[in-house]
Amino acid sequence: MTDLTHSPMSDAAAPETRSRSLFQLALMRFRRNRAAMSGCFMLALIALFSFLGPHFISHTYDQVFPSYVLTRPSLEPRPDTSTLQGVMENVAGRARVKLQSFELDGETFTATVTSDSTIDPRTSRYFDRANEFRDTEVVATGNDGKSMTLTGKVSREYFPFGTDSNGRDLMARVMLGGQVSIAVGLLASLVSLGIGVFYGATSGFIGGRVDNVMMRLVEILYSLPFVFLVVVLVVFFGRSFILIFLVIGAVEWLDMARIVRGQTLALKRREFIGAAEALGLTDWQIIRRHIIPNITGPVIIFVTVVVPKVILLESFLSFLGLGVQAPLTSWGVLIADGANNIQSAPWLLIFPAIFFVVTLFSLQFVGDGLRDAFDPKDR
Amino acid sequence: MTDEKETILAVRDLKVRFSTPDGAVEAVKGIDLDIKAGETLAVVGESGSGKSQTMMGIMGLLAKNGSVTGSATYRGKELIGLPPKALNKVRGSKITMIFQEPMTSLDPLYTVGRQIAEPIVHHRGGSFKQARARVLELLELVGIPEPQRRIDSYPHELSGGQRQRVMIAMALANEPDLLIADEPTTALDVTIQAQILDLLRSLQKRFGMAIVLITHDLGIVRHFAERVVVMRHGEVVETGTTADIFERPQADYTKMLLAAEPSGRKEPVPDHAPIMLEGRNVTVDFSIGAGLLGGSPVTFRAVDGVTIRLRQGQTIGIVGESGSGKSTLGRALLKLIPGSGYYTFGTTDISKFDRSAMRPLRRQLQLVFQDPYGSLSPRQTVGEIITEGLFVHEPQLSKQERDRRAATALQEVGLDPASRNRYPHEFSGGQRQRIAIARAIILKPKVVILDEPTSALDRSVQGQVIALLRDLQQAHGLSYIFISHDLSVVKAMADYVVVMKGGRIIEEGETDAIFDAPCQPYTKALLGAAFNI
Repeated sequence: MTDLTHSPMSDAAAPETRSRSLFQLALMRFRRNRAAMSGCFMLALIALFSFLGPHFISHTYDQVFPSYVLTRPSLEPRPDTSTLQGVMENVAGRARVKLQSFELDGETFTATVTSDSTIDPRTSRYFDRANEFRDTEVVATGNDGKSMTLTGKVSREYFPFGTDSNGRDLMARVMLGGQVSIAVGLLASLVSLGIGVFYGATSGFIGGRVDNVMMRLVEILYSLPFVFLVVVLVVFFGRSFILIFLVIGAVEWLDMARIVRGQTLALKRREFIGAAEALGLTDWQIIRRHIIPNITGPVIIFVTVVVPKVILLESFLSFLGLGVQAPLTSWGVLIADGANNIQSAPWLLIFPAIFFVVTLFSLQFVGDGLRDAFDPKDR
Repeated sequence: MTDEKETILAVRDLKVRFSTPDGAVEAVKGIDLDIKAGETLAVVGESGSGKSQTMMGIMGLLAKNGSVTGSATYRGKELIGLPPKALNKVRGSKITMIFQEPMTSLDPLYTVGRQIAEPIVHHRGGSFKQARARVLELLELVGIPEPQRRIDSYPHELSGGQRQRVMIAMALANEPDLLIADEPTTALDVTIQAQILDLLRSLQKRFGMAIVLITHDLGIVRHFAERVVVMRHGEVVETGTTADIFERPQADYTKMLLAAEPSGRKEPVPDHAPIMLEGRNVTVDFSIGAGLLGGSPVTFRAVDGVTIRLRQGQTIGIVGESGSGKSTLGRALLKLIPGSGYYTFGTTDISKFDRSAMRPLRRQLQLVFQDPYGSLSPRQTVGEIITEGLFVHEPQLSKQERDRRAATALQEVGLDPASRNRYPHEFSGGQRQRIAIARAIILKPKVVILDEPTSALDRSVQGQVIALLRDLQQAHGLSYIFISHDLSVVKAMADYVVVMKGGRIIEEGETDAIFDAPCQPYTKALLGAAFNI
């Protein structure tokens, strides 16, 4: 049986004004906040740059270019045409041949080399070994093999952010650093969020002696020096990428638990919690259905504060050598490197610092925007 | 009507606008008012009528997103658009205000003496020491006992009534021409309410100042005001002398307001009706201040040996002032807070039941709260709120079935079933209270404890909620325990009244007997304060 008589009532009853939850209202207010929206936009850009960027550049983060150590950032391709003659002379010197002539025709070079003895055709490999040249071939030999004409292509490389002291492309490294920092920031915040919300909500809601014991435990953990805790954990579990999330999350949840507990204590006095008890909900059901949804506002705001804090902590750990290890990197490590070379190669500090600062600022704006959006006084 | 008295405040075409994210909202839509020297003008209206915002607009006290246009002249001086500094010469000195919440309108960090001296020092100069004599005089004037001692008290050491007296003293400090009292007694118990109003009246006689009384309570207006302005939706509906307004109201809205006084009475149930809920010798202690490592907790006895017996179909009204333990008793009867004594529900002895043993019984014992804004979770839709009980007690129900029951329950409380997908903040106070009632009755309970269900509502809405509760009682044979400080509502709802004070029952009996012939002096005082202010 097909039900063709569609009830006209159900269509007419659909309210014209769409009903909006508090969350949707907050979202509306958030959208109107220019600073916060541009913060979101910047964060999205940085995330795209860090995670999709590596697919669009030819260099990997651990690729070493011995020819380009501490190259200045430039939008021009490397090597500079004017320097190629000198480079070629160096290469020829290494191959123990004399450079007779060197001509450049667009991206193709032609070089004539001579020697006192017969030149081994394998000499062309010396040329390929230099980062500047590729596909070198012998086109002609003469003078009983004592002279040789070689052609090949000039290998053009772009280093818009310059290179570091090992000759690695800084842009690729900033992208990787971004991946690590963003991942640590988000995951460690989620870990702290998870533990903190459940711990705080449970402690606050049950109250009494349980609350007392649970919060004293938090205070004991607070009083342990952070670095000490990290060293202990690293010694016990070995050094790994995952550990960084765990360690940072394990420290940050203390703040979260306190905030959530405070919010829960305030919520507990609200009548709808009393109503839920009168309906016969268990403690766990009340926490899950009423407490946690109602603390999302302050919790989301606090997370935007935790994320930059976590990124900074990770940088600090990496700086001490307890965080990510080379060739992996993070913004914190890059900035530490840059700080060491600030006089000779300021770009090593400038580029990672720009990304770091923009990210932190954006997170702050987003956090501010969220706080305003969830502010009940605005309602 | 001609009047020889001088007009001290003339308001012309006053508009108050608030800019909100959803566009501008006009709270006051161009009103005209004249306040004459020495008179008492009552501004009445329900919540949202713009009565408070009018005065706030004149005083330049609007919220940040508010703006005011029009004209308000105080003795020929235009107040609207005056820079704050110039405005301060008038407000706090010639025009003063007292607010509704005596608990929050005093600064907890300063002694009351210092706070009363503040406007004196500010407007007349001099030091706080010099002002002390004047402060003592004022405290005596507003009837604070032992002013010598009280002048150095902090606000938390005073009761609500005393704090309101301090607020009045502050307002009187500079002998104003005009005192604006914004719901000055709403947060106070009835007996204290009467005292404060008496005080205001006697002060007015002495100083000859004009009083603008903003209130929703018509009982106060009738006994206190000379002229009445009725406001609705930001407009003046009717203006006239108190006698005219009460005897010969012109506007339909005024008539409706006057008719909204709760009326009717409930027939007592027969003696052989089965007992639904009984508490014998109920005692509830709260201990305050026990730390982790012990420490001696202070015990506070909120309910002291109360025995109460609720029969089927009966409505017991529990009345008393704040702190009398009436709400605590209600919760203790439902075993929501631990108390000693013997409890029976129907024929079951539930004295020893713990939380999990009580859980299956919860659906038959429901509770409706006072604050319709606080008792609904803001993050759930109305449908989710209403069906939460079903989720606990009938988890096997399908989603469609739950939805159907929610629609039925909403219909039963007079709301559109389509509204179950909306959120509580989209509803008015009265509608929210209906939602709270729907949440209780969807479980088909036998006993409902109503904890001040109408106190936060406007009179006209109160009447509707009372009618709804009555209908539901008849339809489902419910038994109510109706907790309220509002005696007129209790008179209309209950067939048996229990008067509580200090955690004990002072007097109890059938409604008519209590209201017509109270025995105890406390009951007499309570009734006197409520019905003849």
